[in-house]
Amino acid sequence: MNGPPVLLALDALTGALFLLTALGVVATRQVLASLQLFILQSLLLTVSAVLLGIGLGSIHLIAVAAITIATKTLLIPWLLRRTVSAEVYRTREIERVLNIPSSLLIAAVLIVLAYVVANPLLSAVELPFAQINLPLGIAAMFLGTFTIVVRREAVPQLLGLLAVENGVFFAGVAIVPNLPVIAELAAAVDVPVVALVIGMLTRRIYARLGTTSVGELASLRDN
Amino acid sequence: MELVGILVIPLLASGLSLLPLGRRFAAPITLLATAIVLGLALAVAAEAARTGHVVASGEWLTCDGLGALVLLLVAFVGFTAALFSWGYIAESVKRGGHKSIRQYYALYNLFVLSMLLVPLLANVALMWIAVELTTLLSAFLVGFEDTPEALEAAWKYVVLTTLGAVLALLGFLVLYWGSRVAGLEPFTWVGLVEAAPRMPPALLWSAFLFILVGFGTKVGLVPMHTWLPDAHSQAPASICALLSGVETTTVLYVILRLFPVVGGAPGLDARPWFVGFGLLSVTIATLLLIYVRDFKRMFAFSTVEHMGIILVAAGLGGADAHLGAAYQMTGHAIAKSFCFFAAGVTVLGVGTQEIASVRGLVRSSPLAAIALLAGGFAIAGAPPFAVFVSEFVILKAGLATGQYIVVGLLAFLVVVAFCAVMVHVNRMAFGTPEHDVQALTLPRSCKLTLALAAVPLLLIGIYVPAPLQDLLKAAASAMGG
Repeated sequence: MNGPPVLLALDALTGALFLLTALGVVATRQVLASLQLFILQSLLLTVSAVLLGIGLGSIHLIAVAAITIATKTLLIPWLLRRTVSAEVYRTREIERVLNIPSSLLIAAVLIVLAYVVANPLLSAVELPFAQINLPLGIAAMFLGTFTIVVRREAVPQLLGLLAVENGVFFAGVAIVPNLPVIAELAAAVDVPVVALVIGMLTRRIYARLGTTSVGELASLRDN
Repeated sequence: MELVGILVIPLLASGLSLLPLGRRFAAPITLLATAIVLGLALAVAAEAARTGHVVASGEWLTCDGLGALVLLLVAFVGFTAALFSWGYIAESVKRGGHKSIRQYYALYNLFVLSMLLVPLLANVALMWIAVELTTLLSAFLVGFEDTPEALEAAWKYVVLTTLGAVLALLGFLVLYWGSRVAGLEPFTWVGLVEAAPRMPPALLWSAFLFILVGFGTKVGLVPMHTWLPDAHSQAPASICALLSGVETTTVLYVILRLFPVVGGAPGLDARPWFVGFGLLSVTIATLLLIYVRDFKRMFAFSTVEHMGIILVAAGLGGADAHLGAAYQMTGHAIAKSFCFFAAGVTVLGVGTQEIASVRGLVRSSPLAAIALLAGGFAIAGAPPFAVFVSEFVILKAGLATGQYIVVGLLAFLVVVAFCAVMVHVNRMAFGTPEHDVQALTLPRSCKLTLALAAVPLLLIGIYVPAPLQDLLKAAASAMGG
């Protein structure tokens, strides 16, 4: 299972950039920039899947790479353009709950936490690529979740959710390089469907309420 | 063959509902389809109970005792809620808004199908996808009323439960990793129980925690429950019956499946986590039940409470507690769907969901009042309803194994929750109406649903037929009891 050192080094570089895009999604001010960061993050996921595919000799991972390119860099941006184009392409600032410095401070804590969570797994099983991908994938998951919490707008929340999904797959390609093809295909269908359902829901909220600040919706409260 | 039929029929019905034959066909087609599915599910459950074997159709579809119980509950509520929808949704569409009957029934059939898939799919990775589909297919059903509140509820529902499902996905990937290390090839529940002792404990434990928190969000465990009262109170009553009655149970089923897997590994013990999460959910839900002001929300909080009770029962351990958990799942699904049907006709009658604005319902709408009272008694756990019996079984099993503190706390909370629900329901049924409410003629299908759903509601606490008893025992043993 041991990959060549050059592949490991390239994967580590990809992982570092992957984490940076996740941080970027937390910190960015524009909706369009969030979408572009998400596409970049998906491309980095593809690169990692290809590197691991070569390193581990797994054809499955090449399939994962192809599916990721098709769904996350082409299909999802297209779907979002169709369903919520006004929201994505109008340049404006995103409302947020926390300011950027404190957001980044919490993000740093979350990254450390990701290593704490991943450590017992990595010491239990020896797997070279997982040393890079698992903690960084979990970190991206935590950062995506954090994005959903601090954003009050529909599209940035959706992008946070998709970033969490990217994090899971970034970890997944290293720990289960041979997942059955049927599961890969199903996951490939799942991600665009999530984007489609949420996009259509956003459009209906916009049509009905004239806003997509879902954080402002607070009529349902307990006392 | 039954298993294939159970999956093909809703798919056909969904397609037929979309045909532009006129909106009148979608409801009867859906009703017919769900009736056939219920018949097939009864046959599967009877076979699983009688033989104690796994009913299988090829290597992809399998169904043991616990699976058959969940299958039967989904099929039952799927049928009664379809009957209720016939009149209720027609009435709702008449009242205006951007609504389509054909779209409702197409999604309804697919939503029921996704819930039927969860207990049937042998491959655990595919089962995760089925759980994810339950959210995606029901999102527009939750927002069906097209009010700002309904859309807000649908938004929270989709974003939070999908986030939970993605966290759970990492858990399942780690579980798959562990099963490969242990040399397991097909990724099935049976295989996992077998392979658990050979898996690295660190992997199994992390997987368990990710899945418990992730899917716990969808079950409505505190503190991940915040979306549940919104979605379960804003959806149309027929969908609430499905969401609260069986969707939560279906996902809880997945968590319960992990119990024997984790239990099989040396040095790991899931029980304190089950008891802890369960008791926390029951405590918070009970507090919220006292102060609740909306009666559909009240039934939603009661769902959080019941999911907690079932989790505690599983965590207490032992055959008796697990039998109580299986019985509680059954009693809850039947009673909770009935409660939402009762709440639905009440809303049709009085036009509000606020407890304080409903007084003297017995005079203005006797049927709704009687249904609310019966549902309230049944779900709160008054004798002779099933929930009383199952809670008694669970508490007794806990005492027998000497877990006095857990049992004492649970008993106290259950009694407080009982009083809270009964006070609210009594206030709505009796008292003097503040202003005259004109008596509304309820849709015939809604009345029929209440009459039909009342039969198992009243019977199952007093008399459990032998095949159902066998099924409950088989379900309990699948939980590792």
